[in-house]
Amino acid sequence: MEDGGVEPYLKPVPKVEPEAAPYWQSLRDHAMKVQHCDSCGHWYFPPSTHCPACLSADVTWRPVSGRAVVWSSATMHRAYLPAYEGEIPYNLSLVELDEGPRVWTNVVEIPPDQVRIGLNVRVRYDDVTPGLTLARFIPAAGQ
Amino acid sequence: MTWPLRGQYAIVGIGETALGKLPGRSTLSLHLEAIKAALDDCGLTIKDIDGLLTNQPIQDAMRSYAVVVATASGLAPDYATDLANGGATPVAMAQHAAMAIAAGLCNTVVCVHARNQATRSQLPERAEVRDGNEDFDEPYGFLGAVANHALMASRHMALYGTTSAQLGAIAVAARRHAMVTPNATSKKPLTIEDHQASRFIVEPLRLFDCSLVSDGGGAFIVTTAERARDLPLPPVYILGMGQHHPHSNLAQAREVATLGGAISSKTAYRLAGLGPNDMDFAQIYDCFTSNTLITLEDYGFCPKGEGGAWVQGGRIELGGELPVNTHGGLLSQAHVEGMLHVTEAVKQLRGLEPAERQVLGAEVGIVSGHGGVGALHASLILGRHAS
Repeated sequence: MEDGGVEPYLKPVPKVEPEAAPYWQSLRDHAMKVQHCDSCGHWYFPPSTHCPACLSADVTWRPVSGRAVVWSSATMHRAYLPAYEGEIPYNLSLVELDEGPRVWTNVVEIPPDQVRIGLNVRVRYDDVTPGLTLARFIPAAGQ
Repeated sequence: MTWPLRGQYAIVGIGETALGKLPGRSTLSLHLEAIKAALDDCGLTIKDIDGLLTNQPIQDAMRSYAVVVATASGLAPDYATDLANGGATPVAMAQHAAMAIAAGLCNTVVCVHARNQATRSQLPERAEVRDGNEDFDEPYGFLGAVANHALMASRHMALYGTTSAQLGAIAVAARRHAMVTPNATSKKPLTIEDHQASRFIVEPLRLFDCSLVSDGGGAFIVTTAERARDLPLPPVYILGMGQHHPHSNLAQAREVATLGGAISSKTAYRLAGLGPNDMDFAQIYDCFTSNTLITLEDYGFCPKGEGGAWVQGGRIELGGELPVNTHGGLLSQAHVEGMLHVTEAVKQLRGLEPAERQVLGAEVGIVSGHGGVGALHASLILGRHAS
């Protein structure tokens, strides 16, 4: 950084394609949105100009509840990049949002070996750089 | 009704290059070595070839790679293209070769694939082969092919109670087969205890659940049954084939404890008029032990969810009920994205292997190819007899 005051962020960052820009902006806003097909009612992810259920282009970005359930999960033990050396082991999960779509994420705030398929989770927004917010998930209240 | 193409086309020549770490060898050089070996195997020359199929080598992507390889081989083919089915590509090549010959475009097709992943690979700061979803998983630390495959293994374990130790039997079988396969690159004895003591890469997958990273290549030649009968070695006939591609990423997969092989194999069995009980061996794409397990179930060798118990007790080893990956597979021979599963099936059906590695009386076998994160699947049933 020019002022020397901020550590550079050395983990992978997404290339924000125009089709996905509303998604990343919704995370910046701490209010996740995914796409909904106004023709057939299908919610989907990853972003696309056309609904993968009916190929309609009549799709809109809609806010989601941020509630999800763990669909599958694993624990990364290898630091593929130096930036992860202090973080392994860390959780890798696919969680299914209440609205239906699945997203890749990390379930955090519990040890990785306690993340189970079927666990109810809710979103936690992590502002990892001034321009990037990630949607991580934590156990839902009452678990 | 019998499939009209059944037994009409055959694999007549196979070639395998040196395998392992081959510093200084270009991917093109490995392709040419593989082609030469396949031609020499069956007594053909490049002048006998009029079709060529390649897979884009991931380290040296270029436009129309098939034509690059053809020109370098001294061939101006009547049919050539790159196929892009990931690790399912070599199996798909046999299918496309038969289709192109059946369509009248050509008569004799070389199918070739090589890579120099071991010496040219850079660790995946960014995946070398993009599947379009990296922007959504890499920021969360999903790096390397193991990550998404581990999610598939986890789900099989959660749904069916499959254990890591059960997966170990697949690694052990592969190693035992590699130990009697001359060109296999990992031959150190491996036990279940070694497997269980090996470190996790992405839990639940351990080091010995993961395939090798290799340089090397292979090729095979497909022609008509009529022409095959004039060549010196026993032809190996194409009896059935199938494909199914259920998703491009795990977010959009319907399920990952069942994959494309469930449908692809059904097509292949139907076209061949055969079923899983007719198979004398299976060469199953084994990028990870969990993938072998899922595919064995998908192919109907045991009920879904029972694969963990089914692969125990030597059942999938040479001499067992269904020898699987008799060359050691991607786990212990070398990782050339399934090309050597095809060449190995041909060797077994020729019946000319040394006794220690020959499946006795092998008449019919099935080969699977798997690409992406369970995204692509192709199946091929090969036999010693045309009918």
